Amino acid sequence: MNVPMIDFVPIWTAILGLGVLLYVVLDGFDLGVGILYGFTVNRVWRNLVMNSIAPIWDGNETWLVLGGVGLFAAFPLAFAIIMPAVYFPLLAMLLALAFRGVAFEFRYRDSPHRTFWDYAFSIGSALATFAQGIVLGAFIQGFEVSGRNFAGGSLDCFTPFSIWTGISLIFGYALLGAGWLVLKTQGELQEWARRLGRWCFGGVIVAIISVSVLTPLLDLDIAARWFSWPNILYLSPVPIVTLLVAIWEWRSLNNRGSEAGPFVGAICLFLLCYIGLAISLWPLIVPYKFTLWEAASSPNTQAFMLIGALFLIPIILMYTGWSYWVFRGKVRADIGYH
Amino acid sequence: MTFDPLLLSRLQFAWVIAFHILLPAFTIGLASYITLLEALNFTTGREVYLRLSTFWTRIFAISFGMGVVSGIVMPFQFGTNWSRFSDATANVLSPLLAYEGLTAFFLESAFLGVLLFGRRLVPRWAHLFAALMVAAGTLFSSFWILSANSWMQTPAGYETIDGRFFPQDWLKIIFNPSFPYRFAHTIVAFYITTGFVVLGVAAWYLRRGRFVEEGRRMVSMTLWLLTVLVPLQIFLGDAHGLNSFKYQPAKIAAVEARWDTVNGAPLTLFAIPDPKTESNRYALDIPYLGSLILTHDAHGNVRGLKEWPPEERPPVAINFFAFRIMVGIGLLMLALVVVSWWVRAGRRLYESVWFLRCCELATPLGFIAVIAGWTVTEVGRQPWTVYGLMRTADSVTPSLTGRDVLISLIGYGIVYLIIFPVGVALMARLVRIGPFGAGLEPEPVESGRPELPVRALPSSGPEGLP
Repeated sequence: MNVPMIDFVPIWTAILGLGVLLYVVLDGFDLGVGILYGFTVNRVWRNLVMNSIAPIWDGNETWLVLGGVGLFAAFPLAFAIIMPAVYFPLLAMLLALAFRGVAFEFRYRDSPHRTFWDYAFSIGSALATFAQGIVLGAFIQGFEVSGRNFAGGSLDCFTPFSIWTGISLIFGYALLGAGWLVLKTQGELQEWARRLGRWCFGGVIVAIISVSVLTPLLDLDIAARWFSWPNILYLSPVPIVTLLVAIWEWRSLNNRGSEAGPFVGAICLFLLCYIGLAISLWPLIVPYKFTLWEAASSPNTQAFMLIGALFLIPIILMYTGWSYWVFRGKVRADIGYH
Repeated sequence: MTFDPLLLSRLQFAWVIAFHILLPAFTIGLASYITLLEALNFTTGREVYLRLSTFWTRIFAISFGMGVVSGIVMPFQFGTNWSRFSDATANVLSPLLAYEGLTAFFLESAFLGVLLFGRRLVPRWAHLFAALMVAAGTLFSSFWILSANSWMQTPAGYETIDGRFFPQDWLKIIFNPSFPYRFAHTIVAFYITTGFVVLGVAAWYLRRGRFVEEGRRMVSMTLWLLTVLVPLQIFLGDAHGLNSFKYQPAKIAAVEARWDTVNGAPLTLFAIPDPKTESNRYALDIPYLGSLILTHDAHGNVRGLKEWPPEERPPVAINFFAFRIMVGIGLLMLALVVVSWWVRAGRRLYESVWFLRCCELATPLGFIAVIAGWTVTEVGRQPWTVYGLMRTADSVTPSLTGRDVLISLIGYGIVYLIIFPVGVALMARLVRIGPFGAGLEPEPVESGRPELPVRALPSSGPEGLP
């Protein structure tokens, strides 16, 4: 296969970036719904809360597979270094996701142990989120590398910073989940989602501020990138817009007329954090060791995948959108009979 | 006490893949079967097909959920435990996995929601289309993952630079020499596995006089299907074996427990292979049959394990016995199918107690054969991950300690031993409840959707029975 002299790395960075963002937002809200599920007070609510995500969670989680395989495919060196470095968080995440995933069906079919599967669902969701947050924290802190391999220990990823990012992500996903529930429910349950959403919002604000302060302290280059002149001028819209979105999110959570506002606001907050992180770490994919270009797969590999990706991703977005459309509107418990 | 991270990583991979493969072995066939039932209901309008489709869709939901959660684990295994393999093979293998995700996983998951929850929200043709897309997704997925697996068995279309593999010809990579055989053999195996489950469930109903109409329909349909597929599978298995004999002769030597290269090799029915003395104990041989099967010539040349140094031989006993289990089950299945012709000709297919009892007992046979066959293909590839080119020992993640892998193996062990038995028990409970509730799940009354959507579940649990 003759490969034209095109640099595919920026294209694959964009595709993988989009994939990870979609994962974080989509599985983020349904993991968040799972976390909030632990705070529901009766079975009718639990049914409604679970039904709001039952038809779509599987599709949302598929973006995780695409994220993992996409990293393997586009930046294999990063895959080979990062995966072993976060061995235990990934293990915890996978096992938690397994428990949580089967709970959707098992809960309905296994009524004698329904309480057990209820716990499996909410604790599994929280643990998977916490583990992803640790992966994020470990990623920001960087990895010990020798040659083309991870050279540190399997426990290196557990630091106070990564534990904190783990807790932060729980608040973040829960805020997304609360936004989704406001959108999909009504009445008392919606009020409850707004109330929990306000608590999560508080956690998210503390998390955004603390991580934004701590990250530049980890690495002088990151500090220089944000605070040197004239960067500080160009980059100042990021914190300013974040502030505005945060205010809007708070008002939406308190405004009974705003049905979609909390969800859209939470997504925007995630998007801004994501952009902030990308600015801090660009162009590194294995922080402080390898750039995107150094970790990239061969142009031939990237070209071959690009043909399919450019053709298939729009189709995927189309039918995924259709399946969301089929299940649009408020969830109701009274139509079902389980 | 020290633990070997390589051995533990291999055990862990064997554990998670063995559980995972049981699910596709069932769901791939079941997705196609549900599509067929939906299509029959759509075209004939007969209620029984709708009841059957709804019934099997409930069971599909549980098994597919288990397949998804155990499947997500798999690509991460590559990174966490086999990072050197990932680094070396990514340029060739990763696009196959990426295409699996792009063509299959999203298709399955997006349309699964509509299949399970959308019967009353979408037009009938759209629901049928959703079933078709889920079935297509399962087949696309098998296509890509078996292509990747086959490349590890019979690598082609690559070049090697500094110990890493780079693509040269994508068509040769995807359609590598063993892929067409492995793909056909595996898909047919999965269809047969599902077929025997459907047959066993139906026979159980008939023997108890419950759901007689549904039971008869399933027994009849399934036995016609198996009549075609079981003989076809034996033919495909033979072709696959000849392909392995050509490209992976050491695997075949281990499967047949042949130590010496000879012309006119016997077929060893039973033996205890002994790697220390490089010979078989208690061997029960049929002269010339081995050569006849492998070369289609009674005096054909069959290479023995002694042609390879001991460190390049796959484990003999595991291959030898796993292969015999697989073939033995294949012959049992063939026997059952042949007997079914005779029972059907005597018009006793739905009444013959002993025959129905045999069908019930045959329910798990496909799963055992799949595990045994998969063992042959994977253990027979040893000691290589990329056949003849990259050793398993050089593939493992260097930073892992034995303690790390021991902890993760225990974790997977405990979690799978909770999830899988519960899942099987819940599916068994659905089978006991049976294809109830034709009236419970009416067709959409209006052509459109209800005013306020999203009823949650396809059906109720037992407490929802009328």
